[in-house]
Amino acid sequence: MTSMTSMAAVKYRRGELHEFQAAGQAFIYLVSAGAIFALDDAATAVLRRLGRQEMSHDELVDALVGHGHARADAEELIGELRYVRGIVSDVVTPAPAVGPTSPPADFPLQALVLNITNQCNLACTYCYEFGADKIATPEGKPKYMTLDTATASVDFLLAQSAGREAVHITFFGGETLMNFKLLRQVVEYAREQVAMQGRAIGFSLTTNATLLTDEIIEFLADNDIGVTVSMDGPPDLQDLRRVDKRGRGTYRIIEPKLRKLLARKRNRLVTARVTLTEGVTDVIRIYRHLKDDLGFDEVGFAPVTNSGAQAYALDDRGMTDVVAEFHKLADEWLEYALRGERHGFSNVSETIGELIQGANKSHPCGAGIGLLGVSPSGDLSPCHRFTDADTHTLGHVSSGVDTAKREDFLARGHVSAKYECQTCWARPLCAGGCHHEAFVRYGDTGHANLHYCDWIRQWTDTCLRIYGAVSAQNPQFLERLAARKAPQ
Amino acid sequence: MKHLRPINKKAERIDQQASMTEEDVVALQQQPDPKPKTPHIPMGCSLAFFPGWEVDAGGGTAGLCQPVERDIYDCYVTCFWPVQVADHVNYSPDWASNCAIATKDWRKLDLVFP
Repeated sequence: MTSMTSMAAVKYRRGELHEFQAAGQAFIYLVSAGAIFALDDAATAVLRRLGRQEMSHDELVDALVGHGHARADAEELIGELRYVRGIVSDVVTPAPAVGPTSPPADFPLQALVLNITNQCNLACTYCYEFGADKIATPEGKPKYMTLDTATASVDFLLAQSAGREAVHITFFGGETLMNFKLLRQVVEYAREQVAMQGRAIGFSLTTNATLLTDEIIEFLADNDIGVTVSMDGPPDLQDLRRVDKRGRGTYRIIEPKLRKLLARKRNRLVTARVTLTEGVTDVIRIYRHLKDDLGFDEVGFAPVTNSGAQAYALDDRGMTDVVAEFHKLADEWLEYALRGERHGFSNVSETIGELIQGANKSHPCGAGIGLLGVSPSGDLSPCHRFTDADTHTLGHVSSGVDTAKREDFLARGHVSAKYECQTCWARPLCAGGCHHEAFVRYGDTGHANLHYCDWIRQWTDTCLRIYGAVSAQNPQFLERLAARKAPQ
Repeated sequence: MKHLRPINKKAERIDQQASMTEEDVVALQQQPDPKPKTPHIPMGCSLAFFPGWEVDAGGGTAGLCQPVERDIYDCYVTCFWPVQVADHVNYSPDWASNCAIATKDWRKLDLVFP
C-alpha cells in the first residue's frame, strides 16, 4: 500500500458498495467484484465520513490522525480501502470496468434440459407453458421426444462440453414422467457414453408427482437422480391452482406417492418447488407442511411468472406478505446455521452459496451459456422455459447451436446492457433476473425485471446479513456449505 | 490487510493479490523492510544508471555522453511506461525500423513529431 504526494488534490468518495451490519460487526459488499469484507471501526468511520462529503487524501489522513491514528496507519487504511475500491477517485482509480465480461463464445456446455414431452396430465391455471401467458408454439411439432432425438442430444452434450469432467442432464416436461420410458433409456445410453470417455454425468428431473410409481421411485433412487417436485403446499393451497383437466385438486393423488418417494433412502436431495400466486402466500405454513409433514429435504419458492395482467398474479399486498414470511423463515435459517444445522429453505441456501463464491454475474443464469434446453423435436433453446417457442430457437441438436442467435440472446441478456441495473448494488447476483420472466413481462429477454427490484435488493440484503452473522459466529458452517456447493 | 477482513472467496482473492503487491513492490517513499524476505531491487528506468538521460549539466542534449536517441531507444523497446518517447506499442511501431543494430545505426533514430 503506497502513498503518493501527488495525490494531494485528489478527492475520494465512496466506491460502489452496500454496507450492512450483522452480529454487531460492519461489513461491505463490493459491487464491482462481489467481494465481502468485514470492516474495523476505522474503516467504517472513513466510509461514514466520505458518505457525508468527498475529501482529499491529505484531509482524510489529517482527520484520521486527529482521531488518534498514526500517520502510517492512516495511509495504510486509505490504501486498503482504495485497493478494494471501497473508496475511489476518478483521478487515481481508473473508471470502473464496464462490468463482468461475457463468457467466451466457445464456452463448453455443462448441462442440457431435455423436455422429453410437452404434454401434461394436469392443467395448472398459472402454467407458463400452457397458460394465458404462454410463449410456446408447439403446434405441429412432436409431442414426445424420440429415442433418436434423445441420443442425439446426449451426443451433442458430450461433444459440446469438451474439457469438462462431469456433465448434467435434467429431464423436464410437460409432465416428465409421461415419457418415463425414454427417460430410462436416456440414463442408460448416457451412462454408457460417459463411461467410454472416462467422464461423469448427473441426472435430475422435475415432476408433478402424479405419475410416480413404486418402480419409478426405485429407479430414481437407484440411479441417484435428483428429484424436484412442483407443488404448492397443503391441500387447500395445492388444490387452488394445481388441478387436473377437469379442475379437480391433485393433493390427494400425489400425497401417498410423495410419502413413498420421501421414505425411500437415497443419496440425492428431494426438493419441492412452490409457485406463489394470489392467495398462495403462506410461505411458512407451506414450508412446514412440505418440510416437516411430508419430509422434503429442501423447499424453494418463486412468485409466478406472468405478464402482470393475470388474476393469479401476486399483487403488491401479496408480495408484501410473501416478503415478510420470507424474512421470518430466513431468520430461522440463520438460527439453524449458527447451531451448525442445515435448514431446508433453499432460497437462502442458494443465495448464500453464491455469496460464498462472490459471484459476479454477466448474465442472470447459465441459460444459453453452459445450459441449453432441448424440445421434443430436438430444437435448442436457452432453457426449458423457452422450449418449443419459435421466437427463441437457438438451433437444433443435429445441426448445433445457431451462434448468431445465441450471440444476440446473450448480448441482450448481459447485465451491462441493462440500463437500470447500472446503479443497483444487487446486480452481481441478480444481473437483471430471469430472461423468460422478462420476455413474458416486457417482450424482451434483455429487459431488467423491474417489478422485482425492491424485493431483490431487500432479499439480497437479508442474505448478506445472514452471511455476515454466520461468518462471524460459525464460519465453519460456510466452509461446509462451500464444499457442498463447489462448482463441478 | 489490517483494517479489512475478507469473508468470501472473491474477497480472499483480492486480499491475496494485495499482499502479493505489498511484498513485491516498494514505493520510493517507503522505507524498505530492514529484513526483507527477498532481495530489495529498486525497479524503474530512473533508477538504472544509464548515463546521460534527458539533459546534460547545462540543460541541453548536445553534451551528453551518448545521444539522447540511444536512451530513448531503451525506453522504446523495453519499457511499457507511458513516457514522452517514441512508443513501440501504440504510436511509432516503425521508429526503429532503420536501426538494425543499435550500436551501429543509432544515428538513424530520429525525433518523433506526434
